[in-house]
Amino acid sequence: MLATGKPLDRVDGRLKVTGAARYTAEWEVPGLAYGAIVDSAIAHGTVSSIDVGAAKRAPGVLAVLTHENAPRLQPIPEKVGETQFRGEGGITETRQPLQNAAVEYAGQPLAVVVADTLERARYAATLVRVSYAEQAPQLAMATAGRKTRPESFLGNNQEKLQVTIGDPTAALAAAPVKLERVYESAITHHNPIEQLATIARWEKRNGADFLTLYDTTRGLEVLQEVMATSLGLPKESVHVICPFVGGAFGAKGWLFAPPLLTAMAARVVGRPVKIEWRRQDMFAVAGKRAATRQTLALGATREGKLTALRHDTQTHSSISSGYTEPCARVTRMMYAVPNIGFAHELAHLHLPSPCPMRGPGETVGGWALECALDELATELNLDPVELRLRNYAERNPETGKPWSSKQLRECYARGKALIGWDKRNPKPRSMREGSQLIGYGMATTMYPAGRREAEARATLFADGRALVQSATHELGNGAYTIFRQISADALALPVERVRFELGDSSLPKAPTSGGSTTTATVGPAAQAAARAVLAALTDLAVRDAQSPLFGAAAEAVEAREGRLVLKANPAKGEEYGAILRRAQRPSLVATAGAKPGEEKEKYSFYSFGAVFAQVRVDEASGSIRVARLCAVYDVGRLMNPKTAHSQLIGGIAMGLGATLMEATHYDPRNGRAVVRNLADYHVPSMADTPDIAVEWLNIPDPHISELGARGIGEIGCVGTPAAITNAVFHATGQRLRSLPLTPDKLMRV
Amino acid sequence: MHPFQYQRADSAEQAVATVTKNPAATFIAGGTSHVDLLKEGVYRPGLLVDVSALPLRQITAHEGGLRIGAGVSNTAAAASAEVRQRYPAVSEALLAGASVQIRNVASMAGNPLQRTRCPYFRDPTQACNKREPGSGCAALEGYNHVHALFGASAACVATHPSDVAVALAALDARVQTLGPKGPRTIAFPELHRLPGTTPHLDTILEHGELITSIDLPAFTGRSHYLKVRERASYAYALVSCAVALEMDGPNIRRARVALGSVAHKPWRATSAEAMLAGQRPTEQLFRAAADAAFAEAKPLKHNAYKVPMGRQLMVRALLETSSLQPLQGPAGTAFAASVGGVAGQVASPR
Ligand SMILES: Cc1cc2nc3c(=O)[nH]c(=O)nc-3n(C[C@H](O)[C@H](O)[C@H](O)COP(=O)(O)OP(=O)(O)OC[C@H]3O[C@@H](n4cnc5c(N)ncnc54)[C@H](O)[C@@H]3O)c2cc1C
Ligand code: SF4
Repeated sequence: MLATGKPLDRVDGRLKVTGAARYTAEWEVPGLAYGAIVDSAIAHGTVSSIDVGAAKRAPGVLAVLTHENAPRLQPIPEKVGETQFRGEGGITETRQPLQNAAVEYAGQPLAVVVADTLERARYAATLVRVSYAEQAPQLAMATAGRKTRPESFLGNNQEKLQVTIGDPTAALAAAPVKLERVYESAITHHNPIEQLATIARWEKRNGADFLTLYDTTRGLEVLQEVMATSLGLPKESVHVICPFVGGAFGAKGWLFAPPLLTAMAARVVGRPVKIEWRRQDMFAVAGKRAATRQTLALGATREGKLTALRHDTQTHSSISSGYTEPCARVTRMMYAVPNIGFAHELAHLHLPSPCPMRGPGETVGGWALECALDELATELNLDPVELRLRNYAERNPETGKPWSSKQLRECYARGKALIGWDKRNPKPRSMREGSQLIGYGMATTMYPAGRREAEARATLFADGRALVQSATHELGNGAYTIFRQISADALALPVERVRFELGDSSLPKAPTSGGSTTTATVGPAAQAAARAVLAALTDLAVRDAQSPLFGAAAEAVEAREGRLVLKANPAKGEEYGAILRRAQRPSLVATAGAKPGEEKEKYSFYSFGAVFAQVRVDEASGSIRVARLCAVYDVGRLMNPKTAHSQLIGGIAMGLGATLMEATHYDPRNGRAVVRNLADYHVPSMADTPDIAVEWLNIPDPHISELGARGIGEIGCVGTPAAITNAVFHATGQRLRSLPLTPDKLMRV
Repeated sequence: MHPFQYQRADSAEQAVATVTKNPAATFIAGGTSHVDLLKEGVYRPGLLVDVSALPLRQITAHEGGLRIGAGVSNTAAAASAEVRQRYPAVSEALLAGASVQIRNVASMAGNPLQRTRCPYFRDPTQACNKREPGSGCAALEGYNHVHALFGASAACVATHPSDVAVALAALDARVQTLGPKGPRTIAFPELHRLPGTTPHLDTILEHGELITSIDLPAFTGRSHYLKVRERASYAYALVSCAVALEMDGPNIRRARVALGSVAHKPWRATSAEAMLAGQRPTEQLFRAAADAAFAEAKPLKHNAYKVPMGRQLMVRALLETSSLQPLQGPAGTAFAASVGGVAGQVASPR
C-alpha cells in the first residue's frame, strides 16, 4: 500500500495548533538583544544628518547603527546559481543596507537601535532624529525618468521578455476582427501571517568568524550564499535555520536587507540580536507584486480563430532592483496563435522593491489575457469555452514542443458541468435574484511545471525507523507531510516509521521553495536517497553469511514492507533492523541527488486547469460577492489530496482577494505606503469566500519524474481573477478593467 | 512604544479625578482602539487609567428607554433582547462592525470614541493636524479614498469610523458623563464635532470627562442600519446609513437619517429629514430626499464614488425601514445591515 496519494493529516498539524512548532522569532537564544528600525520618511534624497544622541542615552541601549558607523558590506552577487540577481530582469534589490546616505524609497531602513529589551529598543528608535536633503521622487510609471526593457526574466534564456513570433503587427492589421484593451492591476502585498524576523549569532569557530542565522526564509541556500558574500565569509561559515515558515507566497526569498541588518547589529554589539519586523514595515521591506498596465491586442477570424496576439506590459520596480513582473507567461503558451508578440517595459520608481508573488506574471497577466478573450467571445457572439477550444494548443506555440501531458479539454468539460454553465442564460445582464444581478464567468488557468536539482540524505536505524533529510522548507504547504509519504514509499516502510527533516542549511541542498517546484524537485531526491540507503543495506545483507539473502545478486533483492527479500521468493528475506543489528551498525546513511534530464528539452511542462465563477452583484452599492467557484485541475499525480486541496483552495482564495479587494497605495507625493495594517488592507474574510469546489484529474505526468507529480502551490491563484471578472461582466454588462473590483469601481461606470 | 504608567480605577469619581489632574493621562477601556494607537506611536500618554472594571456594565430600563452602561461590551449590547427588538439599528450597526473577538472586549463608550481610520493619522512620519496640530493634512492632497464629503475643513478631511455612533445619532441617544465639573448629559449628535481648525478634538468631551452611560430614549418606530464595505465582513464602512422612522398612520411623522463615514461625525441629513416629515413613503420621495442630502457633498480627488453610493444607500435604507423593500436578513443582525450579503450559494438564479 502506497502512502503517497493518501489524504494523510499534516504531520506537523498538532505542533502548529498547539503552538509547539517553533517559528523564527520564537527561538530562545541566551544573551539575546533586540533591534528596532528607524525608517525613511521620504522616498528620494539623502540623509543630511542623523542624530542618535538621545537614542544612545536611552535606557538599555547598546548601540545605534547608521550608514555612518555600520560595518561595510560587499556587493550583492551578480548571480546565485542560475538566478540573475543584479541588473535589468534580475530578482533582487542590490542596494545594501546602511552603506551610504542615499534614500531610494520611503520606509527604507536608516538606522538600527539595539537594546537589551524589545520595548527599550523600540522606544529609543523613536528618539532618533533624521534630517534629509530631499529630492522629488519618481512615483508614477507614466512619468518615470528611467524606463528599461529587460531582456529576460531572472537571466533565464528560456524566458525572454521581449518576443515576437511570426508577424503580429501585420496579422493584426489583416484580422477581420480586432480588439485592443488596456487592463490595470494594483500593487498587492503578500502579507503572510508571520512577519519577517531574524536572529543572528556570531561566534568564533576554530579561530574564525561563524554566523548562525534563524531567519524567516524559504531559500536557505541562497540566503547562506548572499550573507556569506555580503559579509565576506566563506559560505560554510554561515548556518541558516528555519524549520517552519509562517507563509511566504513569494516573499521571504529574495530580499536580504532584514537578515543583513540583524547580522551587522549582532556583530557590533557582540551579542546575538533579534529583529522582528512590524506589520507596518512589511509594506516596505518584504516585497510586493508591482502594479501593471497591460495592453492586449487580439486579432481573430469571424469563426473565432486567433490570428494575432499582442501583450504589452508596463510595470515598475525600485531604483536598484530590475525585477520585472513577467505578464506574458500565459500569453506565450496558452493558445494556438501563429503570431504572438509581447514586451515588458520597466519603470524604475522611488518605491520599495517588488518580488515574485504567488503566480508571478501569471496571476495578473493571465487575468488580462483571459478577460480579453472573454471580450472577444462577446464580440464574436461565441461561448467563451468554445472560443478557447477553437484555439486549443496541441503544442507549445512558442517552442513547438509537445506538452508533457495536457488534459485541458477534460477540465473545461468537468468545470462546465460543476457550475452548470449550460443552464445559464448567456446574455449579459439577464439573470437576477432579488435585487442582485447574477453572472457566470470562466477562465483557463495554468502554471509552469518546473523541476530543479536537489539532494537528500536517508538514514535507516537498527530499531527499524528511518529519517530522510533535505534543506527544503515548510511554508505551510505540507512539505513535512508529503516528503514523509514519498520517503516512506521509497523505503518500503509505513509512514509512522519515517521522519522527514528540513529547514537547515547544513542538510543536503535543496533550492529555494518557489515556482511551485518543491514537490517535483525534492520528491525525486528523497526517493533517490532512500534507494541509495537500501542499496547499501542490500550490500550488507548479501555479504553477510548469516543473512537469508547471503550470496544473492543485489538485483535479485528488493525492499518490501520493511524487509529485504528475494524478488523470486519474497518469503525469503529479513527486516532492515535485523541486518543492521547483526552488523552492529546503529544506522546506515546514504546521500543522493536527483535532477531533471533530457526530458526537459523534449517536452513543454505545464499544469492546466479551468476555473468557473458565479457572482452576485449588488449594483446600487457596487458590492460583488462570489457565490460559487468551481475549478478543475490537471496537475499530474497528487501526493496527498488533503494538503493539495488546501493549497488549491488557498490559492483560489488569494486570487479572489487580488480580484475583489487587495491594493496598496503609496502616497502620490512622498511615496510612503498609505495603509500599513491588516484592518484597512483587506484580504478575504470567511464571509467573502464561498464554498470552493476543486477537482483534479490526478493523471500522472509521464515525463516530469517517476512520481508523476507537478507543483500545485500557485495554480489556484491564477485564473481565478479572470473567472470572477468575466462573471461580473456577465452579471452587469459592464467591463471592469482595473483590479481590484472594489465597490467604487462600479460606481464610476 | 513610549513608556507609560498603568492604573486600574476603583470608582468613576477616582478615575475622573486622576485623569483630570494629569494632562498626560487618558482612560482606557477594552483597549482595542487605544492599544493600536500606542503601538503605532500615535499616542504617547504618561498614564493609562483603566476604567474597564468600573461597575458600568448594566443595561437597565430608563425613562421609557434603555440605559446602556459605558462598560457594556459591544457583544452584550448587540445581543440584548431589548436593544435588538426596540432599537434594531443599534444591534445591526454593532454586529456589522469589527470582529466577534474585538466586540467581546470593546466597550460601548470606547466605540464612539475610537479615532479616524484616515491612514495618515496612523503614520507618525506623515503630516496630520489631528495627530499633531499645525503639521498639515497629508490626506487633503494625498490618497483620500475613505475621506469626508461633508463638513470637512482645510485642516482635516477625516471621517469618523464608528458604525454604532451612526445609529445612536439617528436615535438621538444621550450620553451621560461625569466630568471635572460634575455630571452632564450630551445629546449624541452633539458629542462629536466638525474639524474646523482644531481637528485634534474629535468630541466636546473635556479632558478627564468620563462617559458613564449611553441612554436610548423611548422610541416606538422602526430603526435600521445599512453598511457598504470593501469586504463582506470585518471592514469599516465606505458609506453607511441609519434610519429611525416614526409613522402616523400611512404617513411618516418623523424621520431621522444619519450617514456614516462621510464626515468627521455621524452626519444627520437634516434637509432630507425635513422633506420626509408628514409625507407618505414612496421610492420617489426617498430619492428626492437622498438627492437633497447629497446636494451639498464636496468630494475630494478619490472619494467621489461616495456620492452615488451614499445616495443609493440612503434610498435603500429608507425603503427597507418603511417596509417598501424587504430587509436583507433578520432585523437586528449583521445580515440585515450588510449590503451585498456574504459570499456563497445563490438560492435560485433565474
Ligand atoms: C481590526 C479592527 C476592526 C474594527 N472594525 C470596526 C468596524 O468595522 N466598525 C466599528 O464601528 N468599529 C470597528 N473597530 C473599532 C472598535 O469598535 C473599537 O476599537 C472599540 O469599540 C473601542 O472600544 P474599547 O473599549 O476597546 O476602547 P478603548 O480602545 O479602550 O478606548 C477608545 C477611546 O475611548 C476612550 N474611552 C474609553 N472608555 C471611556 C469612557 N468610559 N469615557 C471616556 N472615554 C473613554 C479611551 O480613552 C480611548 O480614547 C475595529 C477595531 C479594530 C481593531
Ligand atoms: S484628514 Fe485629518 S486625520 Fe487625516 S491627515 Fe488630514 S488632518 Fe490627519
